[in-house]
Amino acid sequence: MAEGTNYSADHVLEYPYVRSVGPVVGAFLTGLRDGKIVGIRGTGGKVVVPPTEYDPDTGEETSGMVDVGPEGTVTSWSWVPHPRPKHPLTTPFAWVLVRFDGADTSFLHVMPASGPDEVHTGMRVRPEFAPEADRVGHVNDIRHFVPVDAAS
Amino acid sequence: MTEPVTMMAATTRLDYVFTAGVAQSKNLHGLEEGKFIGQRCPKCKKVYTLSRGSCPVDGLPTDEIVELPNTGTVTTYCVVNVPFAGQSIEIPYICAQILLDGANLSFMGLIQEIPIDQIRMGLRVEAVWVEPDELGPTMASVKYFRPSGEPDAEFDSYKEYL
Repeated sequence: MAEGTNYSADHVLEYPYVRSVGPVVGAFLTGLRDGKIVGIRGTGGKVVVPPTEYDPDTGEETSGMVDVGPEGTVTSWSWVPHPRPKHPLTTPFAWVLVRFDGADTSFLHVMPASGPDEVHTGMRVRPEFAPEADRVGHVNDIRHFVPVDAAS
Repeated sequence: MTEPVTMMAATTRLDYVFTAGVAQSKNLHGLEEGKFIGQRCPKCKKVYTLSRGSCPVDGLPTDEIVELPNTGTVTTYCVVNVPFAGQSIEIPYICAQILLDGANLSFMGLIQEIPIDQIRMGLRVEAVWVEPDELGPTMASVKYFRPSGEPDAEFDSYKEYL
């Protein structure tokens, strides 16, 4: 390059961590890989999804995995008109908090839509799983949520 | 079914675009031409290698460009024996602080072509550059430094730069 040029270059800082997930989150991720949603019972029988090792309200130990969903209800959402490179979707989407049927807490994921008019609190949704061969035991095994009445 | 999930990939990644700025771009342009560039402070007259464009003592712009030679002195060094992820050089190898002749600031460089038990403070070294068609605006244009064959530098000549 010519003298006087102001140089710039891409610089990537990456840490390729692999972490152990423990028995409870491990059971949840195993469930996702197997195409189902798993929660855990906390204080008073409340069902926590995604499951935690301790009740988020009381701090008491949780125990007993339970299947929930797969359908659920949107409890809150936020519209993303311009997805960023690290977002899970490249087209406009909503971050949705979904309370699965049978659960008492909400789970964060994404739902693509053509506009924010198509998303509302209280709407019924279900997860769209990746094909079984592509599932590895990761939250992205759920590709995204769709309205319950949407075609598969 | 298959085994339970016990591990999860959790890669952390930060994507930067690094802009070198005016001063460092001059240094990088020098490297691209196979030359070391220094920048001199107008007040204290010290010459900084890989300058950021101002004198850290006087706070003045180091506008004067000084072309530096290929030769310098090892002020301190470290023999690397520990393997780590992403290591690109076979261990053991020597990292040294090199004070180019005419410069008042050292920088880190790789030393090769010397047995590791013979590295020493004051060793005179010269830069080995990559082939001309491989030169680029990067420190990778310098393959390494090697002994120049000159007698060792007197301690007094570099004691200010340790």
